[in-house]
Amino acid sequence: MKKQPSNTINLNRRHFLGSGSALILGFTMGCKQEASEVAVSSIKNVSAEVTKGSDEPFISTLFNAWLSINNNGTVTILASNPEIGQGVKTALPMIVAEELDFPWEKVIVEQAPVDPVVYERQVAGGSFSVRSLWDPLRQAGATARAMLTRAAADGWGVNVSDCTATQGLVTNTVTGDSLDYGSLAIKAAQLPVPALDSLTLKSAANFSLLGKRISGVDNRAIVTGQPLYGIDANVENLHFATYTSCPNVGGTLRSSNLDHIKNLKGVKQAFVVKGKGGYGELREGVAIVATSTWAAISAKKRLEIEWDTSAASSDDWSEMHERAKQIISETEGELLHSDGDADAALAKASTTIEGTYSYPFVSHAPLEPQNCTVSVAEGKVNIWAPTQVPARAMQAAAKMFNLDPASVTVHQLRAGGGFGRRLYNDYFLEAVAIALEAAVPVKLQWTREDDMAHDYYRPAGTHGLQAGLDDQGKLTAWKNHYVTYSEDGKEPVRWGAYMESTFPRQLVNNYQVNQSLQRQTIPTGAWRAPISCAFGFVINGFIHEVATAAGKDHRDFMLELLEKDDQIASLFGDPFIPARARDTITEVCKRAGWGNQSIKNRALGLAFYFSHNAYVAEVADVEVMAGNKVKIHKVYIVTDVGPIVNMSMAENICEGGIIDGLSTMARLELDAKAGAVVESNFDQYQMLRMPEAPEIDVHFLQTDNIPAGLGEPTLPPIAGAVVNAIFAASGERVRELPLSRSGFTLA
Amino acid sequence: MTDITLSVNGESRTLKDIDPEMPLLWALRDELKLVGTKYGCGIAQCGACTVHFEGNPVRSCSLPVSAAAGKNIITVEGLAKDDQLTALQQAWVELDVPQCGYCQAGQLMSATALLEQNSNPTDDDIDAAMAGNICRCGTYVRIRAAIKQAAKVKRGGAA
Repeated sequence: MKKQPSNTINLNRRHFLGSGSALILGFTMGCKQEASEVAVSSIKNVSAEVTKGSDEPFISTLFNAWLSINNNGTVTILASNPEIGQGVKTALPMIVAEELDFPWEKVIVEQAPVDPVVYERQVAGGSFSVRSLWDPLRQAGATARAMLTRAAADGWGVNVSDCTATQGLVTNTVTGDSLDYGSLAIKAAQLPVPALDSLTLKSAANFSLLGKRISGVDNRAIVTGQPLYGIDANVENLHFATYTSCPNVGGTLRSSNLDHIKNLKGVKQAFVVKGKGGYGELREGVAIVATSTWAAISAKKRLEIEWDTSAASSDDWSEMHERAKQIISETEGELLHSDGDADAALAKASTTIEGTYSYPFVSHAPLEPQNCTVSVAEGKVNIWAPTQVPARAMQAAAKMFNLDPASVTVHQLRAGGGFGRRLYNDYFLEAVAIALEAAVPVKLQWTREDDMAHDYYRPAGTHGLQAGLDDQGKLTAWKNHYVTYSEDGKEPVRWGAYMESTFPRQLVNNYQVNQSLQRQTIPTGAWRAPISCAFGFVINGFIHEVATAAGKDHRDFMLELLEKDDQIASLFGDPFIPARARDTITEVCKRAGWGNQSIKNRALGLAFYFSHNAYVAEVADVEVMAGNKVKIHKVYIVTDVGPIVNMSMAENICEGGIIDGLSTMARLELDAKAGAVVESNFDQYQMLRMPEAPEIDVHFLQTDNIPAGLGEPTLPPIAGAVVNAIFAASGERVRELPLSRSGFTLA
Repeated sequence: MTDITLSVNGESRTLKDIDPEMPLLWALRDELKLVGTKYGCGIAQCGACTVHFEGNPVRSCSLPVSAAAGKNIITVEGLAKDDQLTALQQAWVELDVPQCGYCQAGQLMSATALLEQNSNPTDDDIDAAMAGNICRCGTYVRIRAAIKQAAKVKRGGAA
């Protein structure tokens, strides 16, 4: 697997859109255009406008790519990354507002235009949004604050050091005079942008906004049902489309009853879309364009298609699952990685432990099925989509349909969940293809069944683990035979590769990974905390087995394993620091009352995982009742992700990661027969519901480290914590997920 | 195709030349442009499309619009009156319940129906009333807390 880039964005000239000269966006009241479309006016022009009418016009002064200061007591901050439920539309502007030192109640947040030149990485993925924008957004706020202070000081004829800028006011500390930011904006924006190294950014102790609980900026619109999401897009003369491609992945179209479909009520057009079915690209299929979503769905149900499945996938996932176990018992696999000599250490060990762990294919299943709205008019293509990768999608569409990139505009709309699914642009390209052919504005709506049948699934995996302990009960050997999948027989499928820096590597002297590949062709993809989401279960479950065999308390064993004070290289950018791991484990155990459990059939289970530069320890309080019914009473989570931006959403995301992890481990699994996924809707893919949701205790160790994101890393430990608690409560070891496969159900 | 008149959020609305089999969900979204009600599964499993039908929470994805003729339908857009959020909506905002927010209209409709019948729901009452609504992001902890907070406010207590 390639090293994942740290994806840090540096504030640079592009972000100032022509620094040194002020950029003033002159708006007439009530007729505001999108920032991307607004012609930049010179100061002179705007000044003329100011004096024109009796009412002062609304003037918004652009300081940089994120921030404009308005003359009505507000500021406008653009949220540049896609909002998929991880809270960045609120969190990112909070970072700017903190360093600008401006009251949050007067901040207007808007979604930024999609512009990869200005914003670089407009992606919701890798838990990188806050992390990659932490410095530039702080600097964006701080440069503006410094320029406003300078403008006020110049006006008063005093030194900058005699002025303070707080909560939207610059104050002359000598005279006590003060001016609001809005009145200084035009003058300030003409000053040179200060050098970034001249800025004094606030220390965490001086934050007045960051770390507080701030309600999401879209919450009012959400609870009143206002249009926000991709699926809510509406344009004039909108038509509604469905798309049907072969359920056997890779199948092509032989014939269909298109003539019949075209005559159905409400159907305007029906046609075949050709596609090569490349990864994340267009699959061949039938488009139906109708007067309503329902007419398009009804017609889709009456489609009769003969597919050519000769080149389609023939994957049978349950068969491959069984075969994986056989591969582990019968073969050694190919050596992938070795530190020390695991075989020799196992031979010498006082105690050896073995266990085969497995987990299934799962779907992203965001609650908003894929959809995309496209309007083609006067040589311009406008696209409204709930995508995690708006810029990448725009570029993919321009390339595939030979469009001038300058003619394509993507409007990023709130996404009803992402979890990695919307990193792929298949639905987006389908919508563009349909709109180009139909020559009317089109909203493509996938059904839930489409969404389940054509996902980029989290790959299943099987791990044959062995460990050795010396006579002191110290871990001396760790060996894993990892069975994964491969399209070409050479490389693992996407996000099915072994993560080389995986814990406990470098904490045990003799560490070896062997790998075997099974052929598999249904596409796989990044699913929330890819790789980690599954490895977190495997590694934590097995470490608990090892600790138990060593006769040691699980927490103590973990702390002993993590006693190194070295930094350990990781794939996530920052090195892994065992001391930070120890702190989260110690704290979560303290909060959960580790060691004080005394209720029959009820126990605590611990797990720790490091991913996405976040340290996450979790404890599950679980009761195992008659009939292997599992009641998850409470989950404790302690993380070290550096400073917290929005406490409210940070807590929410921790709760969500745990619920998602529980949901997935409880009973989610997919099977495929003849290359087609069997489960088609939520009656067969049953996610966790309210009665099963445990109480959750969330705690952050706020450190001075660069912030890590939270969207992904809170999920990986939970399955391990639960199976370890099940073992402690019942003596039954769960090595196969979902729990339903191991005979357990949630109470 | 036929004309169907129904009451939506207290207003009489006539759908001209509509397929009587069209689920109420799509009639609301595509014909009346009330898009707060969401499509999630189409088979009454997820609850994202929950509306009130004569005061009871129903899954609008599985209710033909013809069955709503002459009936009173309330959608999430009809909860707040004159821009005044209901106690539940207020609690949802104050406790920052949503993550992606896509399911929350349905959650609010189920919760609203619960509080109309039960001013002081227990955890079991909440479980029973809310079990039909999936939150893929996992905001159940907060939904529960928001229902309790709103119930308290409605009973005259402070938030």
